Amino acid sequence: MTIAQEKNPPVKLPNEPAITPQIVAEHGLAPDEYERLLKIMGRTPTMVELGIFSAMWSEHCSYKSSKVWLKKLPTKAPWVIQGPGENAGVIDIGDGQAAIFKMESHNHPSYIEPYQGAATGVGGIMRDVFTMGARPVANLNALRFGDPNHPKTRHLVSGVVAGIGGYGNCMGIPTVGGETNFHPAYNGNILVNAMTVGIAPADRIFYAAAAGVGNPLVYVGSKTGRDGIHGATMSSTEFNEDSESKRPTVQVGDPFVEKLLLEACLELMATDAIVAIQDMGAAGLTSSSFEMAAKGGLGVVVELDKVPMRETGMNPYELMLSESQERMLIVLKPGREELARKIFEKWELDFAVIGHLTDTERMVLSWHGDIVGNIPIPPLVTEAPMYERPWTLTSLPAELDAAKVPAPKDWNASLLTLMGSPDLASKSWIWKQYDHLIMGNTAIRPQDGDAALVRVPGGGHKGLAMTSDCTPRYVQAHPETGGRQAVAEAWRNITATGAKPLAVTDNMNFGNPQKPEIMGQFAGAIMGMSEACNALDFPVVSGNVSLYNETEGRPILPTPTIGAVGVIEDIATSVGSRLVKSGLALVLVGETKGWLGQSIYLRELHGREEGAPPPVDLAVERRNGDFVRGEIVGRRVAACHDLSDGGLLVSLAEMCLAGGTGATLKLPKGVAAPHAYLYGEDQGRYLIATDDGAALIAAATKAGVPAVQLGYSGGTSVVVEGLLDLPLDDLRAAHEAWLPTYMNSAA
Amino acid sequence: MKAAVLVFPGSNREGDVAQAIELVTGRRPAMVWHGDGDFDKVDLIVVPGGFSYGDYLRCGAMAAQSPVMAEVKKRAAQGVPVLGICNGFQIVTEAGLLPGTLMRNSHLKFVCSDVHLKVETSQSLFTNRYQAGQVIKVPVAHAEGNYFADADTLKRLEDRGQIAFRYCTPDGAIEAAGNPNGSINNIAGIFNETKTVLGLMPHPENAVEPMFGGTDGKGLFEGMVEALS
Repeated sequence: MTIAQEKNPPVKLPNEPAITPQIVAEHGLAPDEYERLLKIMGRTPTMVELGIFSAMWSEHCSYKSSKVWLKKLPTKAPWVIQGPGENAGVIDIGDGQAAIFKMESHNHPSYIEPYQGAATGVGGIMRDVFTMGARPVANLNALRFGDPNHPKTRHLVSGVVAGIGGYGNCMGIPTVGGETNFHPAYNGNILVNAMTVGIAPADRIFYAAAAGVGNPLVYVGSKTGRDGIHGATMSSTEFNEDSESKRPTVQVGDPFVEKLLLEACLELMATDAIVAIQDMGAAGLTSSSFEMAAKGGLGVVVELDKVPMRETGMNPYELMLSESQERMLIVLKPGREELARKIFEKWELDFAVIGHLTDTERMVLSWHGDIVGNIPIPPLVTEAPMYERPWTLTSLPAELDAAKVPAPKDWNASLLTLMGSPDLASKSWIWKQYDHLIMGNTAIRPQDGDAALVRVPGGGHKGLAMTSDCTPRYVQAHPETGGRQAVAEAWRNITATGAKPLAVTDNMNFGNPQKPEIMGQFAGAIMGMSEACNALDFPVVSGNVSLYNETEGRPILPTPTIGAVGVIEDIATSVGSRLVKSGLALVLVGETKGWLGQSIYLRELHGREEGAPPPVDLAVERRNGDFVRGEIVGRRVAACHDLSDGGLLVSLAEMCLAGGTGATLKLPKGVAAPHAYLYGEDQGRYLIATDDGAALIAAATKAGVPAVQLGYSGGTSVVVEGLLDLPLDDLRAAHEAWLPTYMNSAA
Repeated sequence: MKAAVLVFPGSNREGDVAQAIELVTGRRPAMVWHGDGDFDKVDLIVVPGGFSYGDYLRCGAMAAQSPVMAEVKKRAAQGVPVLGICNGFQIVTEAGLLPGTLMRNSHLKFVCSDVHLKVETSQSLFTNRYQAGQVIKVPVAHAEGNYFADADTLKRLEDRGQIAFRYCTPDGAIEAAGNPNGSINNIAGIFNETKTVLGLMPHPENAVEPMFGGTDGKGLFEGMVEALS
């Protein structure tokens, strides 16, 4: 195709409908957005052009409501190789290796079709990571479901978990960590946030920016079908009662093909054939081809009739907007087509040269020789709608007076209730459905530590710690505190294994940004996160925004999920939270005031979600954490667990259950309200088991860190002198039984 | 010991077993692509875990028909030892090298967890490093590990000492509490009649290092090295 031809206006296809205001509205474009389109195009668009604008300017692809706020997050550090803006973030982990990771939501599809929605969420995030040249080494997921008593919840849990397992297990990537919460605010809009971490040589990272006029544009992977058309647009609107009729927009995954695609891509990446590579995720061929050309400052010709098709009779509109899974777009160096073709044919995958790069800065789409779309690329990016939506911050609720919260009448019953409550109960029913051991590198398994710990393949003794965290009830009560806390807790969880926290990926799940109070939640959470990331040298390197998480006007709890990664130089120095032997001193590090506002104790035992969330003092957080990490890698710690949901007593119970050893605590003198001391959720605290309590406390004192010895490990019960004496077997029964009992009971 | 590890499209634990073999022998096994009808002479053929051909149709059914399996059957008949783990067990069963079949787990879910196994015999090239009756801890990770054979086959397997491993409780009791998938007679692994083919669902290759699942699986690889070097 010559440049002269490229300037021709597109032809209309047979049966192509006229563009009406209704069709524009159905594409999710506001009237003023359509005006912008007309100004850019200088004419009425064709259907495929309208579809492309609709996808590229959707909230999902354009970040039009969130961009102004995301810019406030710190993204740089000496160890950051690539921050936000690529398929995933990249950090230097030493020895010439890089960790590549990102977390992404698949909320709406998972609610509509839980198995496929969750499965393709996992498939998509893995592609984001191996597109950049990394072999994935671990998956995590953060799940939020509605009230367990809601009629749909059981079905959603079952489908989502099976979908995540079905995809990750087949790919052979261990799913090593995550979190699962239940709250009625997610009844009509669950959250499925999936994270993948991969490892690549630091000098062999692959990017999306196209280069080289004339270079071939190559399509590999699965054929394109009609699934997922308009997925990006669907993710950018609120739900209503018709939502379930949107099932055809949910994609169907094939993890077997993705496994082949992974191996084929890594094999091709070991050659010098690739100029740029991009997976086809949301908005499929549209966003991938568009982003590659835009990032390279080039134009592109796509011959749509050459795209491998699964069905007959597909048209350009469907091909450009399909979200069929397991596909990649590659720009090859000239003359490398045959080398690449052989690799993909060996893996029995489709391979097709579907176009080439130009210097026109236009996206030209051809269909059997006719031009059917012709869009200038730069203005679609520079003139894209960007909104500074009005926002109202949530004011800080009054502090709850702990003295006015009743103490438990029966202490044993209180701990049993908490350990068997939906948020704190064991999630082994879930993670046993995930292969968390494949690759043979899993050092800290689910429930055995605050973060998962995985040996770095080819990295000697190095380990990667990873976690995902957010406490949505804190964010709801006060977004700034909640944002700060989510980052601090992720940092603390990495620290509690002995690893050094390095960087963050964020998955911002919020309601409708057109409501000032929701936009205020977003703004507040970003402010808090930004402060914490700065204070803890914990930059954000990748992320994803999911807005419009509302059903019939009811928003979810604001949920900025933080995925984090850290490194430990010698994995043998790491610790988990398992209390495996008797006679260890139990030392509480950090200050305990007994903060019951927004605590699990208050909610589960008194049915109240009230008060201000616990404040996070970032300087204290850092001081305490740096001290704890030093003690761990100095091999003076036998086990360590951070204190979060449920406070001291819940953390102790978890340590005892994980290691199969009991413990006895004695409260320090002068504790006015034992229930606030034991169940309060003050931040910046760790419970440490050590052979030498006195030495640890002396070191803490020297570092200016509050530390107090509370007791010893030993026996077969959890004991708090004068208050509580609970056999581990009873505790384990309550902790392990809730989820399987719930899942096996009839709806 | 010279070993070959087969690789099918969708295999995913070939790296784990290769790593375990290398740890014990100091030597990387040959990785053999499914399309290769012929490969170098080896002392041991390993059919690894994974989802060969996506486990579409029926686990192991398509891999059993691949060119490389025709060669494996030929060599097994000549007495070359074959070890099938997880999907590999399913494949060698589908290929007719071992009797019986592996059905969907009785609870219908994928299960990844440590399990305890009772070693039924030390009289094989695979299990000579263990004591008969010894309890070892290794993980499983599968959705179709529910072993079944008809009554006659089962009686023959039992009578001829062809049961290699059974699921058990931590203290060695063969009962439902220790059985992760509903396998008949708690069977976790079986031999062929000559005990030169072993198929098992659990993953000894993921229990060879103290920090990464313990070392109870290492004996299997050490035993093979002793018998085959």
